[in-house]
Amino acid sequence: MAEHGEPAPVPLTGWGRTAATPATVVPVRTADDAAAVLRAATPRGVVARGLARSYNDAAQNAGGHVLDMTSADRVLDVDLATGEIEVEAGISLDRLMDLLVPLGLFVPVTPGTRYVTVGGAVAADIHGKNHHVAGTFSEHVVHLDLLTADGEVRRIGPDSDPELFWATAGGMGLTGVILRARVRMTRIESSRILVDTDRTPDLDSLLSLLAGTDHLYDYSVAWIDCVARGTRMGRSVLTRGRFARRGELPQAQQADPLRYAGSVKLGAPDLFPPGLLNPATVAAFNEVWYRKSPRRKRDQLQSIGAFFHPLDGVRNWNRVYGPRGFVQYQFVVPDGGEETMRRALERISRSGHASFLAVLKRFGAGNPGMLSFPMPGWTLALDIPVVGGLAALLDELDELVADAGGRVYLAKDPRVRPEVFERMYPRLEAFRDVRRRVDPAGVLTSDLARRLSL
Amino acid sequence: MIDALGSVGSLLLVGGTSDIAVATARRYLAERPLRIVLAARETPRRAAVAEELRAAGGQVEVVDFDADDPGSPARMVAAAAAGGDIDVAVVAFGQLGDADRLRTDSAAAAHLAQVNYVAAVAVGTELAVRLRAQGHGVVVALSSVAGERVRKANYVYGSTKAGMDGFYSGLGDSLAGSGVSVLVVRPGFVRSKMTEGLPDAPLSTTPEAVAEAIVAGVRGGRHTVWVPGAMRWVMSGLRHTPRAVFRRLPF
Repeated sequence: MAEHGEPAPVPLTGWGRTAATPATVVPVRTADDAAAVLRAATPRGVVARGLARSYNDAAQNAGGHVLDMTSADRVLDVDLATGEIEVEAGISLDRLMDLLVPLGLFVPVTPGTRYVTVGGAVAADIHGKNHHVAGTFSEHVVHLDLLTADGEVRRIGPDSDPELFWATAGGMGLTGVILRARVRMTRIESSRILVDTDRTPDLDSLLSLLAGTDHLYDYSVAWIDCVARGTRMGRSVLTRGRFARRGELPQAQQADPLRYAGSVKLGAPDLFPPGLLNPATVAAFNEVWYRKSPRRKRDQLQSIGAFFHPLDGVRNWNRVYGPRGFVQYQFVVPDGGEETMRRALERISRSGHASFLAVLKRFGAGNPGMLSFPMPGWTLALDIPVVGGLAALLDELDELVADAGGRVYLAKDPRVRPEVFERMYPRLEAFRDVRRRVDPAGVLTSDLARRLSL
Repeated sequence: MIDALGSVGSLLLVGGTSDIAVATARRYLAERPLRIVLAARETPRRAAVAEELRAAGGQVEVVDFDADDPGSPARMVAAAAAGGDIDVAVVAFGQLGDADRLRTDSAAAAHLAQVNYVAAVAVGTELAVRLRAQGHGVVVALSSVAGERVRKANYVYGSTKAGMDGFYSGLGDSLAGSGVSVLVVRPGFVRSKMTEGLPDAPLSTTPEAVAEAIVAGVRGGRHTVWVPGAMRWVMSGLRHTPRAVFRRLPF
């Protein structure tokens, strides 16, 4: 639009630091700011960006405009009686925890990092360690204010224009700009989690432990060693827990049970050479991680940071993968797809593509979100540095996953084939219909939208 | 979009029936299905190539392009972009000409310059405007070692490639920071329909090898590739050979 005084385009990437593209970044504080950009949009369109924790190109828009939502971060209402809060979309879960944990309210769902915005949490329909009992973030949203391409602000929710709401939940910002949200928080008596740890020697014992006893815990996740082969394939450390009640804290802590301090952050320098994480270093790391974990431990108290966000302690940990960046491959297969997961694990383990962290979790029920990721079954997420031959390996895994009725996660995936993606998301056409209804000119768009023809 | 692992979603082949263009399309199709736009004159060969690439899994579109027509580059690029973003555009058209005739026939020499240089400049300019606006993409320009130091045996052809090479190298530098890059490819003697009947030269190569180098160069974000790679050192030597010696060399 070449408006007077518009800043020069800057290269943007997601958390995986791959496939940078330039866009004009416009800071947004108010609905009017955002509406002005939508009105003046070029054919390259506009997309909102929060804290850029999507691993891929979801918050990039080559040649177009990107709305930086992080300064729209006010808390508008906290209702201690109902536990509901109303916030602007650019506020981070980190800030919400700082403000609300001392009041006995915790976010209903948190991913592995606190550094995501509420708008991003809805757009990616994020899940966390409690998905099996609590579902996704969007399932705790009372209503949203969505600025659509026509400049209107629409209040939508599961009861008010549910079609647009369920296109927006998981819709990767492509239905409009999420301005505000009303969210039901979770009540907590303390800021400590009571954690049980179990080490399992192989995949079978992990799966049966999860299937058998996961319902006893609010939060559950397993770390899997993807490098171990043969009979040790799938050896894991399973940590599960729930928020401690006040009376379960040591005497000294009971006076101030909701005491919370976000963790002190170290920075990772941008100096890591490519190839630092290779099969040898990762195997060594995994061996240590597995052996230092207790075989079985009960009722250990952990802080919110240590239990939910261990990597948030290191700012920019994504730099450790070097200048070529990395991919997080996360897929879900429905119940009955255990064999597919085993084959995928075998395939990854045999390929020698080192995976530093592999996380396995059992999902609960899905929701009506047209592009929402979770479905009842098993999800596996792994970080893989970008190396030659990875494209073909992941294409092969996609086929396995799609054949089993599973799918990959839009907030993570930077490379799935469009036609395979269509097979994974049978409600994609309904999503496209909603976009055609509320944004016929396609003003809201992104690199992700173009890559997959969303 | 070229994705995080370098896979390409759409490919424009200008001079789409050339052996190198077709080999490049086949090489990409061996990885994944993709959208391919063939820009060339309407000939039976264009139809045959389109059919072949469709059979190999390509989603093929055909647009008209004629290097003799000054209005053609703008129309061609607009038509190619109408169907979506262009991730990789390969500028693969060009003629070799008859070196003997070019020595005396000024019209033929001017025509070769029109096709190999003037039209290439127009196409490159149109592509740059379009790709800069979309904020991403790679232009692959098929230059030649013949342009690196122009030899007496084919100085008209060599000079057109020298000009074309200079244009695309400079264009690449001018696009720094725009999200768009240019890859200049300098093959040696390529055994193809363009060079049919000519004797083989040392370090000669094939369209398939050039295609391999293009795909690797795009994925690696390179700005210049030589095919075969050893050509770089040979041409570096020739570039620094004193003229008194160079003009006596038997080629």
